[in-house]
Amino acid sequence: MTTATFHSPASLADAVKLLAAAGARPLGGGTDLIVQMGSGRALPDSIVDLKRIPELTGIRRTADGGFAIGAATPCTALKAHTELAAAWPGLVEGANLIGSVQVRNRATLAGNLCNASPAADSVPALIAAGARCRVVGPAGEREVAASEVPIAPGRTSLAPGEVVAEFLLPPQTRAGADAYLRLTPRTEMDIAVVGAGVWLELAVDGTCAAARVALGAVAPTAVLVEAAGAALVGTKLDDTALAALSAACRAAARPIDDKRGTAAYRIAMAGVLARRAALKAAERAAVRKEA
Amino acid sequence: MSRLHVTTTVNGDSREFLCAPDTTLLEALRGQLGLTGSKEGCGSGDCGACTVMLDGEMVCSCLVLAAEAEGRRIMTIEGMVEGQDLHPLQQQFLKHGALQCGFCTPGVLVAAKALLDHNPEPTETEARYWLAGNLCRCTGYDKIIRAVLAAAADLRQERSPA
Amino acid sequence: MNAPSGKLATGEGCRVVGTRPVRPDGVDKVTGKAIYGPDFVAPGMLHGAILRSPHAHARIRSIDTSAAAALPGVKAVVTGADMPDDATLFARDPLGEAFHIARHSLALDKVLFDGHGVAAVAATDRRIAEAALALIRVDYEVLEPVLTIEDALAPDAPLLHPGHVTRGIDPATARPSNVVGVVTRERGDFYAALAAADAVFEASFATPPVHQGYIEPHACVALWNADGQGQIWASSQGQFMIRDQVGKVLGIPLADLRVVPLEIGGGFGGKTRVFLEPVAMLLSRRAGLPVRLVMSRTEIFRASGPAQGSATRLRMGATADGTITCLELDITLTSGAYVCEMSGIALAAAVMPYAIANYRMQGRSVFTNMTTCHSYRAPAAPQSVFAVESAIDALAQQLGLDPLDMRIRNAAQPGDLGFYGLPHGQVGFREAMEAAKAHPHWSAPLREGEARGVAAGAWGNYGGASSAEVSIAEDGSVLVTEGNPDIGGSRAAMAMMAAETLGVPYERVRVVVADTSSIGYSYVTGGSRTTFATGKAVIQACEATIEQMRHRAALVWGVEVEEVDWREGAAWCGSGDNAGQTLSIAQIAGRANQSGGPISATATVNAQGYLPAGAVHICDVKVDSETGVTTITRYTAVQDVGTAIHPDYVEGQIQGGAVQGIGWALNEEYVWNTGGQVDNPGFLDYRMPVASDLPMIEAVLVEKPNPAHPYGVKGVGEAPIVPPLAAVANAVSRAIGKRLSQLPLSPARVHAAIAGE
Repeated sequence: MTTATFHSPASLADAVKLLAAAGARPLGGGTDLIVQMGSGRALPDSIVDLKRIPELTGIRRTADGGFAIGAATPCTALKAHTELAAAWPGLVEGANLIGSVQVRNRATLAGNLCNASPAADSVPALIAAGARCRVVGPAGEREVAASEVPIAPGRTSLAPGEVVAEFLLPPQTRAGADAYLRLTPRTEMDIAVVGAGVWLELAVDGTCAAARVALGAVAPTAVLVEAAGAALVGTKLDDTALAALSAACRAAARPIDDKRGTAAYRIAMAGVLARRAALKAAERAAVRKEA
Repeated sequence: MSRLHVTTTVNGDSREFLCAPDTTLLEALRGQLGLTGSKEGCGSGDCGACTVMLDGEMVCSCLVLAAEAEGRRIMTIEGMVEGQDLHPLQQQFLKHGALQCGFCTPGVLVAAKALLDHNPEPTETEARYWLAGNLCRCTGYDKIIRAVLAAAADLRQERSPA
Repeated sequence: MNAPSGKLATGEGCRVVGTRPVRPDGVDKVTGKAIYGPDFVAPGMLHGAILRSPHAHARIRSIDTSAAAALPGVKAVVTGADMPDDATLFARDPLGEAFHIARHSLALDKVLFDGHGVAAVAATDRRIAEAALALIRVDYEVLEPVLTIEDALAPDAPLLHPGHVTRGIDPATARPSNVVGVVTRERGDFYAALAAADAVFEASFATPPVHQGYIEPHACVALWNADGQGQIWASSQGQFMIRDQVGKVLGIPLADLRVVPLEIGGGFGGKTRVFLEPVAMLLSRRAGLPVRLVMSRTEIFRASGPAQGSATRLRMGATADGTITCLELDITLTSGAYVCEMSGIALAAAVMPYAIANYRMQGRSVFTNMTTCHSYRAPAAPQSVFAVESAIDALAQQLGLDPLDMRIRNAAQPGDLGFYGLPHGQVGFREAMEAAKAHPHWSAPLREGEARGVAAGAWGNYGGASSAEVSIAEDGSVLVTEGNPDIGGSRAAMAMMAAETLGVPYERVRVVVADTSSIGYSYVTGGSRTTFATGKAVIQACEATIEQMRHRAALVWGVEVEEVDWREGAAWCGSGDNAGQTLSIAQIAGRANQSGGPISATATVNAQGYLPAGAVHICDVKVDSETGVTTITRYTAVQDVGTAIHPDYVEGQIQGGAVQGIGWALNEEYVWNTGGQVDNPGFLDYRMPVASDLPMIEAVLVEKPNPAHPYGVKGVGEAPIVPPLAAVANAVSRAIGKRLSQLPLSPARVHAAIAGE
């Protein structure tokens, strides 16, 4: 209730200057920040709207065939981008499970990541995809893996004044695909009890050549479960491999009991959802391989 | 606290108002502009009663700062009627008894219009998922979904060459 | 998608009753023009805000409001000490409701729940009011909270009200406890029947407190002038309820308090009690200006009047043919911080649709450190019926019987002895059950992985006090004035009954819900009573205007009034030179002022002869055996509705009630942390069903008219929330092969049951 100023800079450089002030907060979609301001949990001195900065808005192909997604791009724009949705369907699905259509018309990947909720739906998919962030701040520019941005509930590794400017997604491999699944009591408008993002790549003979598995809502931050990915590599995702994947996910889960689920249930579901997501990713990868 | 001067287009009309930096669009619509058709059911984006169109896309106006409206186009429930003519969605809601208390209705209608703008022929499932951000506690959604699908058919009929 | 719900109404010989016209308030509501509680603005209005306790149970050592009062823009500050003292409140209302309303609104000495009001301010701006709250210093001595029924009943439990002695115990006790009161009911010889039963089912059941979840927040604007007269503009289920409750809390003569009803955005029982109005009145009296108070969603969850949580122990016995021979039921409900004693209703509902010869039942309510519980659609019935209908399902399984056949066998019939010791009237319990049995849903094959549950339930409905005025305008159009807020289309129903009675088109009748100074007393819109009771008043007032119009016509024709008939909206002359002539309502009205004055009549009723509504719901589910997630794949709700005046709106009541019950069954619950703070006070984590959670809800209307109402109305709004808890639980229990007796059936709970945890 003491927010003094509102800025809507037209360039990233201007935004960085404004964000250097103490108590300044970047405004992306606002679907977390404005709620927190309403409840008094966030009391920024100034708000810097990023949505009028052209370079932070929209999706473009990168030179390597991957994608760059501007930090202020709403989640629904990801779904509307045919090439991105074809290459990284799991990430697009994760981003389009957040809230409702109303919310997703505003909410951004950057906000979802930097709000640093352990249950954020796009984050396991970002991690599984191997997404990186271009971070801009008073000290200049740097690149960091998306997985390294959240460090604890509500806390990020960004230095004061730093802001995620865009996400960089690698090109999807010819026989690679991703998937994201979450478990919620309601079909929509809910927060993941457990989320699982899987990326994998199939070799010519259909065995899994590489895999990354990330879980949400089972630890203080979304976690990359290397043992789960390793359990798939070299297999055709047979029952034994999937059981090993599930076991690795259960072992990696360190959840708490809270209003959204018990620790025991979350551990059990981590294994189930990761298996289902792996099968879905494999199905997609097989289609790409044959295409 | 400094006041911001905002110029925006609401339902086709240029409007100006003063607001605080943390005033939400919903507060400005209901307060400064006197457009109380958009409702506040939660203030946190969880009920959809405040749904409006911002530059043609539906949003929860409680999750938009009023200052963000500068230079943008807003459509509220008050802008859904064209003159005296109810929108086919409004007509079908009345015909189907798709409202009981009517409090969620403005938000549901704006959201349903956004659906039909994007998808002229939604399935029942598509309509249900699209409207999942709009809580209705009275109807159980049955008649709302029927009304939306009926309005979609009406609009297709209108658009199709005779 | 199923075929559209409904059937043609009986409405035998009716032109209007049973049709589906557009409601008169419809255009306002689809265009955003309707004015609800939070929309109303009074000139010069101040904005109020309430400081609420962060503790569930604490003693207030001191409150310092001086800094808040000194803040520029603040016009009034009040605390619980500004409410009348205990002696005054009990003198005004010996039953204690005034005391509970006053103390629930603003605590005195002790706070009893997280969110309990402690102080309130009114200021020129909402932000200033909120800033002022932050300046109020409250010194609390935190006490141990009582959060569960078990906690409340523990022998060494902290007492919420150290002076409270349990009511209804024989012999009377003098020992204070958290038990509000006890109700017992016994019929026949339970133990003998139990010994003779072929099958017995015994289990414990639990349901959490749940919220009505109306989308419109509580809101009011109050003005209390220096001369003692006041006005309140608010949405509620009864402007007279507000007048009554505020009047007795603040000692205002009822004629000095005018309450203007605004459109109401959902209530479901939760808007039959005031939470804000007495506080807004105190602030207004002090500031000399109108004051608005609006609850945030968080405040609604923390401090309004949700439905009671419950714990039930049950034993039921049956003979091999499926006859239920005995029932033992012991239900405990949460009362919350102050008195909410509805366990008697829970007992009545438990046996309502059945003829059970032997039972012994006990109900009680206990204080817990949560907001005071109150009415939610068929209050206290879903909780006990969940246990009873689960037991019937379990016994049907044990005995190898069709669960609907078993219910039909035990259905109470007209003439059977009811719970209150009187024979049942023209109840349609059995007809509803038979209609469910005959419905294609019941015999439809189940798809792979699906299971089907069924449950019945009933609600007694109500009649009571209502007033109506009918005026014939000079052009023959009709104005109906009533005192009951229209919560789901009742203005349309009133207009339809008036049009039917007068013989005029529906569109010629307009209905106004008037303020408390413009129409006689009318009890709340609640208890599924409005279309029945207020409808009776409207019909009687219409009949009185017909009498007047026959007299006027008789004068014109120079015949005795007995010779004048009323047919199809016109007087008809039966004798003399003018035999066979007619005078239309417009012709009579046009010369009314020259023939004896305006045509208008009022009617007041204390409507009797109300009858219960019986409902049977069939629910198909698919349970994901790995995750415990339940999906409702098909749902059919059958109900005896008496006569459906407006079938669309009757179906809407049934569909909405069913979905509220589905939410209760699957996901809704209050969650508290160990300190007693509500952990999910918002629509994100209090999970009411969203559109994508549900299939179409097929409403099937069974019409067995009520002979005590001119058009056969019984009341429909509440019965549909009674069966769903068990209908869903019975389906899930059959799907996983284990009886589930604790709600909600969240994925985690179902998963644990499947895993045998």
